[in-house]
Amino acid sequence: MSSIVSLPDQTTARIPKRNYLTNENGILSWLLTGDHKRIAMLYLISITFFFFIGGALAGLIRLELLTPQSDLMATDTYNKVFSMHGIIMIFLFLVPSVPATLGNFLIPIMVGAKDLAFPKINLLSWYLYLAGGSLTLWAMINGGVDTGWTFTTPLSTHYVNTNVVTTGLAIFVAGFSSIFTGLNFIVTIHRMRAPGMTWFKLPLFVWSHYAASILMVLGTPVLAIAIVLVLLERTIGIGVFDPTKGGDPILFQHLFWFYSHPAVYIMILPGMGVISEVISTFSRKRVFGYSAVAFSSVAIAVFGFFVWEHHMFIMGVSNYSTLVFSLLTMLVAVPSSIKIFNWAFTLYKGSITFETPMLYAFGFMGLFTIGGLTGVFLGASGTDIHLTETYFIVAHFHFVMVGGMLMAFLAGIHFWWPKMTGRMYPEKISQLAAVVTFIGFNFTFFPQFLLGMLGMPRRYAAYPPEFQVLNVFSTAGATILGVGYLLPMIYLVWSLKYGKIAGANPWQATGLEWQIQSPPLTENFVEIPVVTQDAYDYEWLERQKEHEVTQVG
Amino acid sequence: MAVVHEGEHHEHPAYQRHHFVSMEQQKESASFGMWLFLLTEIMFFGGMFTAYLIYRNWYYPAFVAGSHTLSIVLGTTNTAVLITSSFTMAMGVWCAETRKRGGLILSIILTLILGLAFLGIKSVEYHEKWVQHHVPGLRFDAMTFVHPKAEPGQPVEPGLPLDMAQHTEIYFSLYFAMTGMHALHMIIGMGLLVFMLVKAMRGAYDNGNIAFIENFGLYWHFVDIVWIFLFPLLYLISRHQ
Ligand code: HEM
Ligand SMILES: [Cu+2]
Repeated sequence: MSSIVSLPDQTTARIPKRNYLTNENGILSWLLTGDHKRIAMLYLISITFFFFIGGALAGLIRLELLTPQSDLMATDTYNKVFSMHGIIMIFLFLVPSVPATLGNFLIPIMVGAKDLAFPKINLLSWYLYLAGGSLTLWAMINGGVDTGWTFTTPLSTHYVNTNVVTTGLAIFVAGFSSIFTGLNFIVTIHRMRAPGMTWFKLPLFVWSHYAASILMVLGTPVLAIAIVLVLLERTIGIGVFDPTKGGDPILFQHLFWFYSHPAVYIMILPGMGVISEVISTFSRKRVFGYSAVAFSSVAIAVFGFFVWEHHMFIMGVSNYSTLVFSLLTMLVAVPSSIKIFNWAFTLYKGSITFETPMLYAFGFMGLFTIGGLTGVFLGASGTDIHLTETYFIVAHFHFVMVGGMLMAFLAGIHFWWPKMTGRMYPEKISQLAAVVTFIGFNFTFFPQFLLGMLGMPRRYAAYPPEFQVLNVFSTAGATILGVGYLLPMIYLVWSLKYGKIAGANPWQATGLEWQIQSPPLTENFVEIPVVTQDAYDYEWLERQKEHEVTQVG
Repeated sequence: MAVVHEGEHHEHPAYQRHHFVSMEQQKESASFGMWLFLLTEIMFFGGMFTAYLIYRNWYYPAFVAGSHTLSIVLGTTNTAVLITSSFTMAMGVWCAETRKRGGLILSIILTLILGLAFLGIKSVEYHEKWVQHHVPGLRFDAMTFVHPKAEPGQPVEPGLPLDMAQHTEIYFSLYFAMTGMHALHMIIGMGLLVFMLVKAMRGAYDNGNIAFIENFGLYWHFVDIVWIFLFPLLYLISRHQ
């Protein structure tokens, strides 16, 4: 099989002596660092930690659902397990996953800057994340919380006696870490671009992070105030959401989903940025319809703020607003499909190679398309009444979040691993891992669409026996999926020591980040670059190489 | 070449962070960041203003009755105090820009005192609510709205039907949530003021590195503006009814 990988001669190649990893030593040089690349690594380690906790909880859920009775754990334990799974995976893994790691690492380099605009706030954001994460763990150890990740009132304010307050505080704090990340990105992209780096020369990775940052900055504070009001109601008993006092629980739903719908785009847009880079690099072509893809990110961010009520169709909202929001929901699927079509056209007549990031990207394209299309089923208010609160929803959002974002995250981690560490991951086994993940994923979540169509409700530990076959399928698939995630964990750590030396540009990619050494210097660039080439300009790259050869010759 | 580089470096003040290419870029980034942060604050308070709007429409008489229990005198005084503090803060920024250390210290102290005065008056008001059993959840009794007592020298207000009277608890929930969040912002601001005071006394701003003061000024004015919305919505809007 052909490949574009071009590595330096392994017998002579060395990792550059001076780079951001070796620049300073000692634990404090990490804990007090202002370097966006080091903070990205800190984030990477912490979100991986939480991913495995969330994953272990997912394993427990699937084990419980192996049999129709609730036998592995008591029903209220089950409630806690799926709540903690959702909270950890959404707020502590998916929201920061790509932006806080890859975004943090790459955005300054991609725009041609030495760091993000506010390095200290970047570090603060990581500490806030840790604080939020620790509070969540503390709540979990102290008995957990069983409201679901949605903190539904009045359940969360009046009826449960679990750790709503601690967990609420945790989400509040973690929310600020996300706000600060978004704020840092927006300012950096506006103010720190290198000379010649115009908006339309930016890689699409930067555009999608820009769009996601808008959502973080404008959406997250609304979640914050919703949580504050829930906590005030739970602790001192104010009545804003309390129907016995005249308050309205539906108002909580509005505030919560005003954040949490945009949040699903916070969770997918950065991943879409990764896919644009990967697809372009491994088909050796400029992304088809660059500006359409760029603007579709912004369109998703804008439309994303006007569809939240599709989570509330059966909550007693007005029929007329259901109609409007149903229509708007269809609209938001348009920019997403623009992206899918443009990636497909990028592949058309490209010189495609199948390195691991590309395999994950293909996984993303297929699974996200299914996830997005089933979202349209749910956005159509008629079908939603049948499907809502069933496993169909569970399958929908796992297709977009796990099949979409997690695939994109892994695509990105593999793609930029040589840049971040200076070493290649082992190609064959990682291709295997990508395929295993894809197979495991489909086994796990496709049966859940069928279960939902048949009417199996979500969030129960027990179910009627006729659903068992599909559930066994799902649990079996989850086991395969688990292996698919463990593999990268192992071989990536292995590659830190034994991987091949990557050199500056193993993929022959065009981004600014590939024109500097791997791992980069602390200051990224010896001299701030002056940008004349477009994004994804492979001819420019060829000319650069010829230039080098003639100069050396 | 190297010489040119040296020359360039000399133009940069010592407090320019290494990752910015120019002082202008550093300043612009900082104030842009601050404005974005204030945008998040608008969204934060926006959630409560939305709730206010909805419940005011639903429980109009309860909101009128609730707002009548607030003291116009104390509210107006506090508004004046806060606007003055915004003025002293603006003076502080001006002094910092013109490198008047004494003026800066004085302005910060005055701003701090005015901030304290605001919180003092606010706590008097909160205490009053406590005495009147108007604190939602903790200590609330709607009966005073069903059978209002005559205040000396004022006409007796007509009582509300019991269910509407109970909805005054929503009014007070919002009153405490909104003014409480506002007060929290003031407390955070005053913490930062103390921090700036210490630094100013050490002469940390004499070299013109005053971005922090300027951006804090924006924050303080923002907190002031939130109050400018809270005051009419909570105190004034139904006075004539
Ligand atoms: C592409 C267009 C999309 C459409 C039209 C769409 C539509 C919907 C609708 C209508 C619902 C509500 C179903 C109900 O509660 O009855 C829903 C739920 C959900 N969607 Fe999507 N969606 C889309 C993409 C996404 C993406 C990209 C993500 C995440 C990355 C996502 C994550 C979720 C989640 C987490 C829920 C369930 C929330 C819960 O109740 O726990 N969706 N979607
Ligand atoms: Cu949604």
